[in-house]
Amino acid sequence: MTAATEISGNILEVAGLQTYFFTRAGIVKAVDDVSFKLRRGETLAIVGESGCGKSMTALSIMRLVPTPPGRIVGGSVLLDGRDLLLLDDDAMRNVRGNEISMIFQEPMTSLNPVMTIGDQIGEAIRLHQDLPDSAIADKAVEMLRLVRIPEPAQRAAEYPHQLSGGMRQRAMIAMALACSPKVLVADEPTTALDVTIQAQILDLILELQRELGTALILITHDLGIVAETAQRVVVMYAGRKVEEAAVEAIFEQPLHPYTRGLIESIPRLPSMRGEAAVAGARLTEIPGMVPALTDLPPGCLFAPRCALADERCRETYPSYEEKRPGHWAACWHSSALSGGGND
Amino acid sequence: MTEARGQNSSAAQVPVLEVSGLKKHFPLKKGLLRRTVGHVYAIDGVSFSIAEGETLGLVGESGCGKSTVARAVMRLVEPTAGSIKLSGCDITHLRKAELRPHRREMQIIFQDPFASLDPRMSAGAIVGEPLHVHGVARGKELAEQVAALFQQVGLRPAQMRAYPHEFSGGQRQRICIARALALNPKLIVGDEPVSALDVSIQAQVINLMVDLQQEKRLSYLFIAHDLAVVEHISHRIAVMYLGRIVEYADKATLFSRPLHPYTEALLSAVPIPDPKIKRKKRILQGDVPSPVNPPPGCAFHTRCPYVMPRCKQEVPPLFELAPGNLVACHLHEAGIKSA
Repeated sequence: MTAATEISGNILEVAGLQTYFFTRAGIVKAVDDVSFKLRRGETLAIVGESGCGKSMTALSIMRLVPTPPGRIVGGSVLLDGRDLLLLDDDAMRNVRGNEISMIFQEPMTSLNPVMTIGDQIGEAIRLHQDLPDSAIADKAVEMLRLVRIPEPAQRAAEYPHQLSGGMRQRAMIAMALACSPKVLVADEPTTALDVTIQAQILDLILELQRELGTALILITHDLGIVAETAQRVVVMYAGRKVEEAAVEAIFEQPLHPYTRGLIESIPRLPSMRGEAAVAGARLTEIPGMVPALTDLPPGCLFAPRCALADERCRETYPSYEEKRPGHWAACWHSSALSGGGND
Repeated sequence: MTEARGQNSSAAQVPVLEVSGLKKHFPLKKGLLRRTVGHVYAIDGVSFSIAEGETLGLVGESGCGKSTVARAVMRLVEPTAGSIKLSGCDITHLRKAELRPHRREMQIIFQDPFASLDPRMSAGAIVGEPLHVHGVARGKELAEQVAALFQQVGLRPAQMRAYPHEFSGGQRQRICIARALALNPKLIVGDEPVSALDVSIQAQVINLMVDLQQEKRLSYLFIAHDLAVVEHISHRIAVMYLGRIVEYADKATLFSRPLHPYTEALLSAVPIPDPKIKRKKRILQGDVPSPVNPPPGCAFHTRCPYVMPRCKQEVPPLFELAPGNLVACHLHEAGIKSA
């Protein structure tokens, strides 16, 4: 394959992105100084727990932040060298769905219930391509075939409620890919689906990505999905990016205590790895809970839950540094984690 | 070790819960006269038992009937057929008043800790309500017992006065667990009790449930769709598909040597959080059929990669292939596919 030559150069560069919500309770820093780069054809996973800002990062890139109360207050989002944050609304509409598309968690709420599947896909095509109606209808059916929906011509004439959850998500993917975008943002695309359907959809997304060369930002809380699909991983906590590395490095030697806590807190399926299951074994907990975004601690945001935290952590936010080649983390104690800390 | 525990106690003593031939068919009503035009075969002949101190994991995809099993066991829906025995006592047809003493022995925890707590009651009143209703304690004694329950589940007794909205999701689930523990039940049914929680909080709640089980010899019927969680907490596991149990085994056997093609596909679909493990996935085609009109024969035949002509006509019985290891599949019955 030519994948190696294609993965060169960045298609998307997000730098210093800040999205704040101005609420009565105070300023909520939903996304605070988040930067990352996405290479052509690459899959980048953004992981974190609810409220960590992963979805808001995606919406900020798409310029879909609900305003008010939210507003992108800083940073830049370069798509192929052009800053999306500087575009006016019309220009952004031309980019959205055309050069960069998004699929959401719940296909039922993101599809229009009173429009046929074919018309909805056609709408995305009509907005961006100057084609006669018959060609648009054909292309919509073609897209349904591409996402492996059986009897695509018949399905195109049906309404969302007539499709199963998995089929709806396929239709969403067809719509997102209709204009061959350079970047696809998938926000928890399989969270609402059953595990066997999830496997189908992930398989489809990855296959289409290889076929079409689309770069993918996959937002998920499921570390299993991350391990099986992503090449690089960004870990977010309380609106900030705390770690970034290649997927192998993240799982093998996380350099942020939060990442390490996340990996250790999930059941490891020992018997499927050929290990003996230990009865009554305990999972490693991360004590406490995520701080409220309106009431953040002064230093490292993870310090109140971190076993390694000391005075410095509680006072000063750790600088975000490249700790090893290609492996970045914001922690004063990364060396303790990479030194004797590995189990 | 785990298996031995399950088997010994089930042989020696009466199981805490014994369900046999349980069916629940919901009528489908249509038209002005609300005539019954068909049935949803939510559960169609389910049998299992749970010993003291044991956790039975019940897995399956949405619509397979696992939540209906939970509700039927709790007598929150009336079963169409079959029997439910709690510590040897048949509670299937008991009337409300007769059922009441038995209700103390079984409690349920639901998935959504936001929906299952009354927002107008304080956390202390919620946890104390079962004690009050069953006349176990009142006044100062009640407050003391509630405080003790709060401590058991890792909440501060000072939080008794707070209302549900003041707690996080994980804490709310702890309140639900405290309420379930109040009457010292033998059996706790957990219907997706950790599914709505974030992973770091999920670990806290799972650990709490494991600790409480060891302390109090509780039995759990643990219903979940997350196989990693089920593997972690269960001793034995039953896999459901479209209203029936298709495989029943101890967890080590089930996860290392799945017998039913559905179990095999289910395990293959679970994403493993380790990028070093590369495996060929067996991806099932199609969707789960509707329980309103389940396919004839084996309900899984529409998606099964090993389907035979016989599967389309005959329903495979659940039979014991090895001690404690049951499977409902013609492949194994005929000895075509070796274990």
